Amino acid sequence: MNEQIINMLAEGIKDTLYMTLGSVLIGYAVGLPLGIVLYVTAKNGLCPNSFIYRVGDFICNIIRSIPFLILLILLIPFTRLIVGKSYGSTATIVPLVICAAPYIARVVEAALNEVDTGVIEAARAMGASNMQIITKVLLLEARTSLIAGFTITTGILLGYSAMSGTVGGGGLGDIAVRYGYYRWQTDIMITTVLLLIVIFQIIQMIGTRIATGLDRRKRKGN
Amino acid sequence: MNIIEIKNLTKKFEVEGNTVIALENISLYIEKGDIYGIIGMSGAGKSTLVRSINYLEKPTEGSVLIDGINLSGLKEKELRKKRSQIGMIFQGFNLLEQRNVMGNICFPLELIGMKRKEAKARARDLLKIVKLEDKEKAYPSQLSGGQKQRVAIARALATNPRILLCDEATSALDPQTTTAILRLLKEINETLGITIVIITHQMSVVTEICDKVAIIDGGKLVESGLVEEIFESPKTDAAKELISGKDIRYTPVKQLNTQSTIRIVFKDNSAYEPVLANAILKVGRPINILKADTQNIGGKAVGEMILGLPSGSENSDEIIDYLKETGVIVSEGPKNE
Repeated sequence: MNEQIINMLAEGIKDTLYMTLGSVLIGYAVGLPLGIVLYVTAKNGLCPNSFIYRVGDFICNIIRSIPFLILLILLIPFTRLIVGKSYGSTATIVPLVICAAPYIARVVEAALNEVDTGVIEAARAMGASNMQIITKVLLLEARTSLIAGFTITTGILLGYSAMSGTVGGGGLGDIAVRYGYYRWQTDIMITTVLLLIVIFQIIQMIGTRIATGLDRRKRKGN
Repeated sequence: MNIIEIKNLTKKFEVEGNTVIALENISLYIEKGDIYGIIGMSGAGKSTLVRSINYLEKPTEGSVLIDGINLSGLKEKELRKKRSQIGMIFQGFNLLEQRNVMGNICFPLELIGMKRKEAKARARDLLKIVKLEDKEKAYPSQLSGGQKQRVAIARALATNPRILLCDEATSALDPQTTTAILRLLKEINETLGITIVIITHQMSVVTEICDKVAIIDGGKLVESGLVEEIFESPKTDAAKELISGKDIRYTPVKQLNTQSTIRIVFKDNSAYEPVLANAILKVGRPINILKADTQNIGGKAVGEMILGLPSGSENSDEIIDYLKETGVIVSEGPKNE
């Protein structure tokens, strides 16, 4: 492999990480509050509101039922409006965020649902406000599931960012499609796949480490 | 002075379009410094009742007054403040699993905005009261059930409440741990003067530490008063069942032929006399002991027996009269089914 290809792969890794982390962070900025809203307004939530819940629920279901590749194409005008162009790694972040946010909301909602209702009741009995329950009880007690959800989401977005390579998204997926598929350069394709596997493993490992390291439930003895 | 007043409280729930009446027209007055037991079988509505005291459940009708202040008149913020002055402990402990013992006890202090350093000092004082000074840094998963409940008690006391509500607080604990926790509650009541309301389905919990008791059956308050009085002469079937237990019905009472049962309670010196032997000698007919038990009520040992009397009403009356003469308390026994 010559230097040119190595540089290209390095650039691909950088773009892939940029798209993945960029979309996961912006995705959480949207999805985390949305997930909390879903949890709070649900039937047995802190402040049930069936109208808000149904609207949120509906939006999440609609977006999640559209396949990512189709969403990517559907959103081209919208992406152009925001980023100014419809190709390249920054442009790819837009559909990635829109795809990820409802998914993240669901992951967050599920994690919060795992928190023992008894603990929430105890906090209410101590005079906690709903805001205090969210910030001091729910997010803290659910942090292991939240981090596990974050890791899973990052992994999925890594895969989706590669998928966006088919429509000129940049990153390792783009390289795999251009060289591996169109030019029959199998070695480059295999290299990109291996790189994606390694990145995925690293993300998963870090995520699991942090989640279990922070979990105080299972540690015995000490 | 009544610290808690519950007036004509009714609570209805809507379950799948049907209205379920959980509590019906309950009035209850709890004085300052009392250890007040609220007892009932599961599903009787006692948990709903205790949750009404701090308005975790808002009553459908009626009112709850704490220190003479009607909770229904309070705004959300004032209600939260009031709640922070009422401690509560639970059957499932409900500790924050991701915080250590110190973090759990500081939690209610954090909610009211106390400074970290001050809160920690207060938490250490409380750990001394519940005798867990060495567990400051432990996480709930590293503690036993009894220790978890001690942490929960310390947490409930953190804000210096004047009332402590206990919702089946000992139901998940073994008998020894239950006794230790009850002793701790009694100690807190005596040294800090905190009024304690205890919800339970176990009569032994009530007889061990409560001064007064209310019996809830099917959402209604059927009997209330001093524990001693209700134990000696329970009036309602629900009270009798809670005191003497249900299992009495499974003893082969039927085979003993149409005999009636009575319940006698020994107090003070009557326990020194061979009362039953004397009664048998006097009538010349056998008396069947169906159940015998001794309980500690307010620090005094009180004996309880369920007797099967021989058939024939004259004999029964003679025995009952004799027993009454000797000073034991006689009441009607549980009915056979």
